[in-house]
Amino acid sequence: MSKDIKIKKGLDIKLIGEADKTVEQAIISNFCTIRPEDFHSVIPKLIAKEGTRVKAGDVLFHNKDVEAMKFVSPVSGEVVEVQRGPRRRIDAIKIQADKTQDHKDFGKFNMSSDAAATKAHLLASGCWAFIKQRPYDVIANPERSPKAIFISGISTAPLAADLDFVLTGKEEALQAAVSALAKLTEGQVHIGVGSNNSPLANMNDATIHKVSGPHPAGNVGTHINKLDPVNKGETVWTINAQDLVIIGELLLTGKFNAERIVALAGSSVKKPRYFKTTIGSEVATMVYDNGVDKDGNDRIISGNVLSGKQLKPDGSLGFYDNLISVIPEGDDYEFFGWNKPIFNKISTSRALTFSWLNPKKKYALNTNTNGEHRAFVVTGSYEEVFPLDIFPMQILKACKYEDLDEMEALGMYEVAPEDFALTEFICVSKQPHQDIIRKGLDLMLKEIG
Amino acid sequence: MGLKNNLHNFREKNKDKKWLPAFSAIHTFLYLPNETTHNGTHIKAADDLKRTMNIVIMAMVPCLIFGMFNAGYQHHLAFGEIERVTSGFFSSTFWTMDNFTVGFWKILPLVVVSYGVGLAIEILFAMKNSHEVEEGYLVTGMLVPLIVPIDIPLWMLAVAVAFGVVIGKEVFGGTGMNILNPALTIRAFLFFAYPTWMSGDKVWVHGADPRVQDLANGATPDAISGETILGSLAQNNSSMIDSAGDIWNAFYGFIPGSVGETSTLLILLGGLFLIFTKVGSWRIMLSSVIGAIVMGLIFNGVADAGWISESSKFYGLMSTDFWMHLLVGGFAFGTVYMATDPVTASQTNKGKWIYGFLIGFISIMIRVFNPAYPEGVMLAILLMNVFAPTIDHYVVQGNVKRRMKRLKVKTA
Repeated sequence: MSKDIKIKKGLDIKLIGEADKTVEQAIISNFCTIRPEDFHSVIPKLIAKEGTRVKAGDVLFHNKDVEAMKFVSPVSGEVVEVQRGPRRRIDAIKIQADKTQDHKDFGKFNMSSDAAATKAHLLASGCWAFIKQRPYDVIANPERSPKAIFISGISTAPLAADLDFVLTGKEEALQAAVSALAKLTEGQVHIGVGSNNSPLANMNDATIHKVSGPHPAGNVGTHINKLDPVNKGETVWTINAQDLVIIGELLLTGKFNAERIVALAGSSVKKPRYFKTTIGSEVATMVYDNGVDKDGNDRIISGNVLSGKQLKPDGSLGFYDNLISVIPEGDDYEFFGWNKPIFNKISTSRALTFSWLNPKKKYALNTNTNGEHRAFVVTGSYEEVFPLDIFPMQILKACKYEDLDEMEALGMYEVAPEDFALTEFICVSKQPHQDIIRKGLDLMLKEIG
Repeated sequence: MGLKNNLHNFREKNKDKKWLPAFSAIHTFLYLPNETTHNGTHIKAADDLKRTMNIVIMAMVPCLIFGMFNAGYQHHLAFGEIERVTSGFFSSTFWTMDNFTVGFWKILPLVVVSYGVGLAIEILFAMKNSHEVEEGYLVTGMLVPLIVPIDIPLWMLAVAVAFGVVIGKEVFGGTGMNILNPALTIRAFLFFAYPTWMSGDKVWVHGADPRVQDLANGATPDAISGETILGSLAQNNSSMIDSAGDIWNAFYGFIPGSVGETSTLLILLGGLFLIFTKVGSWRIMLSSVIGAIVMGLIFNGVADAGWISESSKFYGLMSTDFWMHLLVGGFAFGTVYMATDPVTASQTNKGKWIYGFLIGFISIMIRVFNPAYPEGVMLAILLMNVFAPTIDHYVVQGNVKRRMKRLKVKTA
């Protein structure tokens, strides 16, 4: 029962600096950093103290609430620093990588094992971290059984890495991961693909859906809403397509291989291209060679420009990210910028903004907010870019005044912050939509669980 | 660039001063701020609230300028100094420097008072609550002079603006939080506090009111009539609009009325501009025209069926052709510029259809049944402002119910 997903509402943000389809081996990063904040709402219990030697796949810390859920080191080396923030919260775990990498052997997985064994294997090997759940957009609770699992095989976000390209040749690992995951749900594994050429288009044990339309057509949240929305008391799981490869390799070879193909893109990059690197690598190993000016005024983002995380030049690739975007900072004033006609920025209105004249044009946007934070005033504009069957402004307001009943009634179980990235982008009042939703979800998680 | 750096340094130096919002308001008027995104989306679309509000103001400027010419024209016409326009929109008797000068010096003070008082209060509240000055009043301040009679005393306007901004908006939390349209709150205040200045047949033409005449030490006030078409229709007198020329003049706006609302033609163009720029809601504009037409047709039907006698005081307006209701009075202006205020209108797309339709429907109903004050659009919009949250509630409940039903189907 495959159903095509076609959306009309949305917005493709076309930016300059899409990555060329060539893969380069990144310089091997000396340090690898894992930030527990990437695993939202997980409280880490540190296992590998400073000075511990670890192999790739050895446990760094586990989830304080669910001890079985391990988080492992992507590289072999020595834990050189555990950075702590206020109240001794662990901010980052820094590992100095060995010259020759050594992997812990989890053993080749017997693919005919049952659900419980599969689950235990993924939890112990650190691969569970790749599985997220809705509601709440956090790492999946292994005690719940999801009604379905969703995987998006198409990325429509601005400058996104082309999944068809980065997953080519990984079919075997992908299939192993999909088959294993299919055991963990009573329902189906839904995979959304852009075309029949996708490496994911011929997976067994899954239902393939063809996806078309503007961004956020590739967001897994859109697929969930169109195929099988999350109701109260239900859970669905989501996994990034590229992480299936890591899961698949673990099952097939017994090694936690954190290697990943990452796109370096954005208008500040001289030669945008793909790199083969590992999770947690320093971005400096990729962005400067033929990339960004060392003393340029640019912003480096781990992830896409809509929902990624800002990095300092010494920052490292986020756990879930397969894209590094670099765009110019916009920390300058613009004379009469609020009323003169605008040709070099994107807008969904035609308020003396002229991006509607040439929808195919690519833009070099910077990080300026293009205006100040205001109360919600304009109505009806969010709906044009928001394809979910949810009232965006009403749910945002419900989050702001923390009315749990209303949040629940309006569909809070179905959403993740990234679903509100486009409404945030076009917001005339410059409200932080994703932040509002994240805080709302955290509140519900705390109060309802 | 010197100015840019100086302003930036000045701002940095005075970061924690209480009066910074006042400076910011001017600073951000000159320069788009240097603010950057943090987490969340790293890029933002080009539109901000200033730009949006600016578009609305641009859509109103033609009405304002037309209002200046019309004020002079109506004045000279009422005093018998010029002939009635008969030669279309670009008539040379209308677009004269003389007409403009009379209107300009009457209307400029209204604009100055409206903005001066309103913005001063906005800035005070911004400083008190230490937030930036929000742009909502930019539009309100422009709307107010356009919807008052020309000879309204300036102190009266100042009092009304103060009332409207404080009670209509700031007590609810400022821009974006108000329930009633602030400009209409100001007008309603004037209407109920000083009714003799806001209705009747003497207030719509500069110099027609005997009180002003006395002040100006003028001649025989009895000779002058400044009645609006709507007013005369309410008196069962259709002589003001019985020829094709009269109808065209009503469409062009060469008729007495509030300062900026007479020209249906320019309002139509402004409305199309707002729809094109996606700033104004076409759903509200269209549905409120439909609502007015439906009510007009019902009344026409009642009059045609003979259910109401020609001597009835409602007959005049009831028998007015339904489409003529769109040309006369403040209906067009209210529909395009006031009903579409996103804060006080319905916020859901479905709700906007209902909200707009009822505004049109009720406007014409009030118009016909309230001959003492034969204009219904102000009260209709204010009434629907109050009901907009209720409309939205039911629209949103539709979505909520669908979600509940889905859950029930699953568990059943």
